[in-house]
Amino acid sequence: MRRAVIIFTAVLGFLFTSLGFGATSALAEGEALQGTLINANQPVAGVAIKVFDQGGTSAGEATSGPDGKWVVPLKAAGTYKVDLDTATLPQGVTVTTGRSSLTLTVFEGAARNVLFPLGGAAATGPGAATPEDEGNSQLSRILDLIYTGIHFGLIIALAALGLSLIFGTMGLTNFAHGELITFGAVGCFFLNVTVGLPLELAAVAAVVLGGAFGYFQDRLFWGWLRNRRTGLIGMMIISIGLALILRYLYLFFFAGDTRQYSAYVAQPGMDLGLISVAPKNLIMDAVAIVVLIGVSLALVMTRLGKATRAVSTNPSLAAASGISVDSIIRLVWTIGGALAALSGVMLGVFQGVNYQMGFQILLLVFAAVTLGGLGTAFGALLGSLVVGLATQLSTLWIPTELKNVGALVVLIVIILVRPQGILGRRERIG
Amino acid sequence: MNWDIILGVSLESLINATMIAYALAAIGLNVHFGYTGLLNFGQSAFLGVAAYGLAMIVATFGLPFWVGILAGLGGAVILALLLGIPTLRLRADYLAIVTIAAAEIVRLLFRSVSLSEWTGGSDGLQAFSDDFYAMNPYSGAVEISTLISFDERELWIMTVGWVLVAIALLIVFLAMRSPWGRVIKAIREDEDAVRSLGKNVVSYKMQSLILGGVLGSLGGFVIALRNAAVQPDTYGTEFTFYMYTIVILGGAARVFGPVVGSMIFWFLLTFINAFLPSAIDAGLIPSWLMNKNQAGAVGYIFVGLGLVLLLIFRPQGIFGDKKEVMLDGR
Repeated sequence: MRRAVIIFTAVLGFLFTSLGFGATSALAEGEALQGTLINANQPVAGVAIKVFDQGGTSAGEATSGPDGKWVVPLKAAGTYKVDLDTATLPQGVTVTTGRSSLTLTVFEGAARNVLFPLGGAAATGPGAATPEDEGNSQLSRILDLIYTGIHFGLIIALAALGLSLIFGTMGLTNFAHGELITFGAVGCFFLNVTVGLPLELAAVAAVVLGGAFGYFQDRLFWGWLRNRRTGLIGMMIISIGLALILRYLYLFFFAGDTRQYSAYVAQPGMDLGLISVAPKNLIMDAVAIVVLIGVSLALVMTRLGKATRAVSTNPSLAAASGISVDSIIRLVWTIGGALAALSGVMLGVFQGVNYQMGFQILLLVFAAVTLGGLGTAFGALLGSLVVGLATQLSTLWIPTELKNVGALVVLIVIILVRPQGILGRRERIG
Repeated sequence: MNWDIILGVSLESLINATMIAYALAAIGLNVHFGYTGLLNFGQSAFLGVAAYGLAMIVATFGLPFWVGILAGLGGAVILALLLGIPTLRLRADYLAIVTIAAAEIVRLLFRSVSLSEWTGGSDGLQAFSDDFYAMNPYSGAVEISTLISFDERELWIMTVGWVLVAIALLIVFLAMRSPWGRVIKAIREDEDAVRSLGKNVVSYKMQSLILGGVLGSLGGFVIALRNAAVQPDTYGTEFTFYMYTIVILGGAARVFGPVVGSMIFWFLLTFINAFLPSAIDAGLIPSWLMNKNQAGAVGYIFVGLGLVLLLIFRPQGIFGDKKEVMLDGR
């Protein structure tokens, strides 16, 4: 009997880990809203926070602890309204922005930080607490979504450019590209939090490491497979296997929870008229735009860029005209790895670091690349912005949790009407 | 370190319901990938639609069990049509991306809060399997030697599952030696040649997609009834990746390949998942190397490694013929 019980427990435990519950249900865990209430460098305890979902039903509440921290675990990703009960604030302390009620989006598997900047009542002007009128807030919501869409689109574009170049030059649909993204985020986390480098330095180092990871992946693995004349579909399935290995290696070393970098976690937004944007996001946008334009210009203007485009058009002809196809592909892997790592670092700042963040975003990257036209670099940029805006703006009509569905439906519709994508060439789709 | 238990659960997983569900899913996928050369990365959606079809009909709408089974099968056919119409004209890698996207859409819809009135959201649905277990002819557990024992519920689902496996294998065997099967295999080898012989390639591919989807959906019923619950994240993309590992391990385009592949896959995975935690407990694996939380990831690292090594060194798997494995791009 006892043995039966033990076996039963073993089987049960095993089933939970093996049926993919252990693997995928991590998605469902960890969604939360959290924050720290601080007034004049002192934590504020005993403040009541209430969270409501879109339907207006309560999704949980919390009271800030002695360290000023509060957490409301959530059941699912989505849009939530967070109310700070101003009556529970200590005498003379107010929310300096006058917004004690915020509407925020929580992403799958990520804990979202909520910032209520507190200050003495004297610091607040009498007009600061006036609620915004309705029309204005609808417009600012749309503008906010457009901004987030572009921001998200740029993050996707960084990854999509590399994926598209790799597809163009060696024909591989790389399902392990998401793991290059995670590599950047996890590498940056390691250097930033474990080693203790400042985030900016850690980010640069992570991008360099990402490039090296791409280079060695091609040098040691994909290049070897090319020499063995492995078929393209074989390589595609191999990339799935490689993605599994890498993802679970991240899980092995990084564990399953979502963690934040040590700096810029909850940066207060700058008021830009109708929307408020954290300066970190603007800086990241600028970096992304500069990098994307730089790589695109390099593709058009430099000899190496020309060689890259020659290889993606016709590898044999490129080889015949004296271009070293292998070293071009290796270069593309290096750039692709670095771009993906940069994308991962930015995604990590945006939504926290998680071992399957790259895998979760991979389908959107694929959607962007396919939308723009597989193998075309500029198409990938265009497709990414479309995907970014489509995911964000679709939340005006459909629930936030389904916004990725919106982007994927757009992908399928585009394939129906224009299978070669926006900038693709007809003969590629066969 | 209790070798009896480790060996016991590993041996059980050679024939238990989980293995049967994956075998059925892989038999369906083998029709797509092995015989027709369709890179369907959305096979998990077929299982999900079947399982949810059954669960929703019974648990949400209160209709009889058999209506649920019919709804699940019908759902799989409809999904095949929806998936196939836009994608079957496309090249292999496009097909892969679109099918994987479609499977994610299905999963996200199942777990969405707005549909939770019918699907139960991320918690899924329970209480739909009573009618099935009411038909259970077994009344007690069976022990085979001292290592393996199955309770009556598991025995009943295993019996049904193995009958389904036998039927599915028979269908595949008969279909693939028929003229229809020869056309299907010819499409894998050279689509244009088949087209030039006057065959409607898209229509044949669609029939193959439906056949494989329906066979796979049987696995969805087995897994739902085995757990007496459906949960959206079971039907994620990784599920499909495991099916590919199984198909390639056993040998693509071989009738018995998926079943043998599923047996070996589950035996090894169960063994690793049972062995590592107890080896850590027993101090055989030093704690700086691995703790019990990390042990769960190791099994999946080996799955990925196995898939990579198989495709590089033995793409035909155990039984396959290298000439029959569709691994070259077009």
